[in-house]
Amino acid sequence: MQTFKGIKIVNGIAIGKIKVYKPAVYEINEDLVSDIAAEVQRYEAAIAKVQADQNALYEKEMKAGHKDTAGIFEAHAMMLDDEDLNDSCKEFISEGHTAEYAVREGFEAAAEMFRNMDDEYFKARSADVIDLKNSMLDVLFGADTANLQGTEPAILVAEDLAPSETVKLDKSLLLGLVTRMGSSNSHTAILARSMNWPTLIQCHDITDDCDGKFAILDAYNACIYVEPDQYLIDELTAKQAEDKAREAKLQLLKGQPSVTKDGRSVRLYANIGGPKDIQAVLDNDAEGVGLFRSEFVYLNSKEEPTEDEQFAAYKKVLEGLAPRLVIIRTCDIGADKTIDYMKLDKEENPALGFRAVRICLNRRDFFKKQLRALLRASAFGKLGIMFPMIISRWEVQECKEILEECRNELKAEGKAMGEIEIGIMIETPAAALCADELAQEVDFFSLGTNDLTQYTCAIDRQSANLERFSDTHHPAVLRLIRETIEAGHRHNTWVGICGELGADPTLTEDFLKWGVDELSVNPKSILPLRGNVRNVDLSKFKTESPAPKAEEPKPEPAKPKAEKPKGFFGRLFS
Amino acid sequence: MKEFKYVITDPVGIHARPAGLLVKEAKNFKSTATFIKGEKSAKATSLMKLMGMGIKQGDEVTIQIEGEDEEACAAALEKFMKENF
Repeated sequence: MQTFKGIKIVNGIAIGKIKVYKPAVYEINEDLVSDIAAEVQRYEAAIAKVQADQNALYEKEMKAGHKDTAGIFEAHAMMLDDEDLNDSCKEFISEGHTAEYAVREGFEAAAEMFRNMDDEYFKARSADVIDLKNSMLDVLFGADTANLQGTEPAILVAEDLAPSETVKLDKSLLLGLVTRMGSSNSHTAILARSMNWPTLIQCHDITDDCDGKFAILDAYNACIYVEPDQYLIDELTAKQAEDKAREAKLQLLKGQPSVTKDGRSVRLYANIGGPKDIQAVLDNDAEGVGLFRSEFVYLNSKEEPTEDEQFAAYKKVLEGLAPRLVIIRTCDIGADKTIDYMKLDKEENPALGFRAVRICLNRRDFFKKQLRALLRASAFGKLGIMFPMIISRWEVQECKEILEECRNELKAEGKAMGEIEIGIMIETPAAALCADELAQEVDFFSLGTNDLTQYTCAIDRQSANLERFSDTHHPAVLRLIRETIEAGHRHNTWVGICGELGADPTLTEDFLKWGVDELSVNPKSILPLRGNVRNVDLSKFKTESPAPKAEEPKPEPAKPKAEKPKGFFGRLFS
Repeated sequence: MKEFKYVITDPVGIHARPAGLLVKEAKNFKSTATFIKGEKSAKATSLMKLMGMGIKQGDEVTIQIEGEDEEACAAALEKFMKENF
């Protein structure tokens, strides 16, 4: 048995024969030719053929509903129209070179330009040009590329796969994918994720002589076993069957309501980091977004992002996920996330320092840029705005005042805005203990359990020495969660959980029992969590001994919303 | 000659597919449109060169248009930039 290590892109197990995918290597004629007109004609015919192929791939992917992949081929067809590229190739031909030679030189130069760029996105475009070069050469050499994959189901091993190669693969014959090269940004990786094939990249050492050998791709352990022993075969076959059963079960949960056996429903939302996560939200059937970390707009640029830049990003997410509620957390940067343009002082104790809403309230102009962008984006979907790191009621009031100021400015400028919900993170013990007062200011609470645990227990989760003292289910934290939910409900403020505890299956029943309205988790955790929720039966608690245990307080009926002292929110939308 | 400036708001910058659409738009006019960022420049009809400028979010580009239909071309490109980048 041989074991080869790689980097896991998609989890899972594939069992079967290996097929080494080897595209043809062409021997290009370096001699000069005399019939230049004929070569130009061959070149133009090849361009037309490859362009038609790319357009056909575009149509195919669009029909299959893969918009992202379709866009790749649309861009390819456009690149083939590029005048500079065509002119440079034709110049080689006019010097007497063959069409094949011209394609190699011209396309390589274009690929080289992209390869030398700083930005990862543009760097990766060199692969597109190489893909087109290979397709051009296939046409010019009249090669038949149909059978590279073989005719049996197999684990495909390749140097790397270009998008047009990947999309031409017969998916029914593909058990898994292993490439020697590739990056997690490559098209192969993106496609593998969307198709959910068990996939390894950068499996540098796997050799071509594995072709035809029996193997198990164990992406969980980021390796492939070639000619594995019986013990491994038995173990991993069982694991694969388990995976398949679990996956089938999860797929059945799509479109199902997140409701307990006794009819209590809870909203399952996703935590996301930017527009790139829209697809994951949709694929995993999240009912909304409970935490959109707006940090990416600050961390991804060298200068402070403008209002328009922020607006574009927020609008994209709101539009892409409408009519779902999308809760965007305002800037949560601090001294531990260093951003040069913010010019923050170095702090001894950044977790307790100048961060999040504290920066925003002291730097009003900076804060207003984000709030104006958010309000403008609210015209394109259903927006919730959430303020982080709150400890006092006056902070919430000040945030709302500034928000109202922005709203009035935008109104005067004639900008469209939609209705919004306003909420705060409950992630400090101070906020949890003052939840009754804070609830009177907002529409919702979201419990940030990671920080709440860190601040309640005075434990830095990153510190390895503290592992023994750390307890993610510490009773103090659980009690703060329960009391926050109860306090929220006393004031008709709905309460969600967006920290890691939200996805903890051992706590789902408790959270539901305590009355949580929403759980926001990683997109991948949505369906498993829905499965948990649907297995919970709260009726057993209702029929238990009526003696009011300390653990079972009766929730007070929520007061009607109208009784809440209406400050900003009432004025804003009346 | 017409000229306008634009700050890119798209998170990925001037990337492949919308850049291709930009080229198509520019080809509808007789005028020559040129994108300028710092010392780099590219014609709006040249996809690869345009992408090769590596224009990213937050970059300010100057677009110069010269030709018989420069008014209409400038208006169309400005609209296109606002909608796509």
